[in-house]
Amino acid sequence: MMTVADVRAPSLEAYLTERRSQRRLLMPYVTAGVCPDWLELVDAVIDAGADAIEIGIPFSDPAIDGTTIQEATVVALDAGMTPGKALAELKERPFGVPLIAMTHYNLVYRHGHERFATDMVEAGCWASILPDLPFEHAGEWTAAADAVGVENVLLAAPVTSDERLAQVAEKTGGFVYVVSTMGTTGARGAVDDAAGALATRVKSVTDKPAVIGFGISNGETAVAAAEHADGVITASALMRRILDGASIEEAASLVAEIRTALDEAYPPGS
Amino acid sequence: MTDLSDAPVASPDQMGKPDELGFFGEFGGRYVGEPLIGACQEVEDAFVDAWGDPAFRAEFLHVLNTYGGRPSPTTECHNLSEQLGCRLLLKREDLNHTGSHKINNVIGQALLAKRMGKTRLIAETGAGQHGVATATAAALLGMSCTVYMGEVDMKRQALNVFRMRLLGTEVVPAMSGSRTLKDAVNEAMRAWVSEVGDTHYCLGSVMGPHPYPWMVRTFHEIIGIEAKEQVQAITGGLPDVAVACVGGGSNAAGLFAGFADDPSVRLVGAEPAGGAAAGRGVPAIVHGMRAYFMQDEVGQVLEAESISAGLDYPGLGPEHSHLAATKRAEYFPVTDDEVLEAFKLLSRTEGIIPALESAHAIAWVAKAKDELQGQTVLVNMSGRGDKDVEQVQDVLIARGEM
Ligand SMILES: Cc1ncc(COP(=O)(O)O)c(C=O)c1O
Repeated sequence: MMTVADVRAPSLEAYLTERRSQRRLLMPYVTAGVCPDWLELVDAVIDAGADAIEIGIPFSDPAIDGTTIQEATVVALDAGMTPGKALAELKERPFGVPLIAMTHYNLVYRHGHERFATDMVEAGCWASILPDLPFEHAGEWTAAADAVGVENVLLAAPVTSDERLAQVAEKTGGFVYVVSTMGTTGARGAVDDAAGALATRVKSVTDKPAVIGFGISNGETAVAAAEHADGVITASALMRRILDGASIEEAASLVAEIRTALDEAYPPGS
Repeated sequence: MTDLSDAPVASPDQMGKPDELGFFGEFGGRYVGEPLIGACQEVEDAFVDAWGDPAFRAEFLHVLNTYGGRPSPTTECHNLSEQLGCRLLLKREDLNHTGSHKINNVIGQALLAKRMGKTRLIAETGAGQHGVATATAAALLGMSCTVYMGEVDMKRQALNVFRMRLLGTEVVPAMSGSRTLKDAVNEAMRAWVSEVGDTHYCLGSVMGPHPYPWMVRTFHEIIGIEAKEQVQAITGGLPDVAVACVGGGSNAAGLFAGFADDPSVRLVGAEPAGGAAAGRGVPAIVHGMRAYFMQDEVGQVLEAESISAGLDYPGLGPEHSHLAATKRAEYFPVTDDEVLEAFKLLSRTEGIIPALESAHAIAWVAKAKDELQGQTVLVNMSGRGDKDVEQVQDVLIARGEM
């Protein structure tokens, strides 16, 4: 039996806070099991310039996801991916950057809060993103997560009231996930104007890193989104490439393109 | 804000208000993404305000009575009673406008949406009954409407798809997952996120995030309130058992609300054997609520399988989950074969062709007749079978029974 002292995640918030002083953060998302060699995809994406990786653990009813992540979810579930398997496979290899587990709350609940938190830490996951678990209902999970150093990332949406935004900013761990638009996950041609406004509101109430996700599909959208934020998350555009049959190198080149664009627009160290 | 304590609740002890986070005991809540938190709160505030306003309740009742066909009668089934050995009464929600109980909730939510200044309704539908009811209310109140329906269900219930289109509603196929009701719910929730400004999500059962389970039950309480009076007028007393079919559980919740605080009345929900969330389910967090769901060992939701599209749902609303956990209500599975027999039985003995959903309740009574001898049994006839006759004909022909 593992004890709490055996496993403890380092602080994602401290890591990202340190890192953002050097460059804009880039946090790509990979669905566990989206392709047979998905762990190599994670490696390649890290090599292409990721600061952290979100690992999506597929759920049968992904109500917050758009068509691309839904498709990736179906592929992964059909290939037999489960939460236990995803975490066990991640545990087998060290990655150079922190991982963040993103899934729907039911899988955590069913796995057992303590067990999920411990399994996450052993798999190299420093934080969780559970978009369907609002902070009002998160007590059981955050107690288990806190005990092993796992931070729970909360989301802010364009419609989130000022009063609620202050609570989100206070209770979030790791960073504030700034949802760029009122919609599901999915690549978009342009970043919603709401994104910058929301990131600015977040910045005005907290020093925690603010990272924008939903709709970041290339260098251009990343640069636009990162103007008012500490970094970006790209998910659907990357998964789209894999689902369309791209090789790992071709898919990872998207991440390299975004890295280059961000660094050119916001030179490191400046 | 008006306090809802002004507003009537049929059974305040057993089926009262949820707590401030939307829980009935351990079940319920508001497990939605941050973009929908505000929208759910807006619906809750508007509902509390409206239901506490006698003028809103009067308008609601007026529309139900003059347009929806309420009150619906309670019919004593003399022929079938004799055959089964119990005193069988049917609450005739099948006689409502659009053919099922669904219209009660939809009129309530559509009036509420208007009051909130919304111009559009969206809804999910399984059998198409809730979709047709929503399309109807949208036409009546001059609102635009989009209904999400599993692609599989669109084939099974083609006539209802046509009805919705005739009523001016856009029907969008849900292509994900099992392409049935649960996926239509996912699709409607996704759509709502991007349209919250002018759109009300008219959820069709006692499920989803708070306040829906509570609000939808409240709009259906009229079923139980009327039934109680009618049964008393017919028999001089209360029924021994109140029975309803259960998908998400709205028609059952409406019926139960009339009797939940009368401890002598046994409350029974009939679930499809292939979608028995109370019987085979474990607590889960799906569709915005903590409730019983059929799942695999890691927590992936299983697909329900039932002859009736309206009960093809792997979960059970949170208040029913609570009533099941506290044993105030009992839930029993019935098989597709038993349902078909009940469908034929009621048609032949009483001249009432039930919806396949409602036939589940009759099927339980037929199955449990030995324990019901001499008892007064009230069944909610949640809908009529017109939409199902073609499907049943195909099944009976395939079996060589016709
Ligand atoms: C006639 C009828 N009864 C019952 C149901 C099931 O819904 P609920 O369990 O919410 O009453 C439906 C759903 O479509 C229906 O059409």
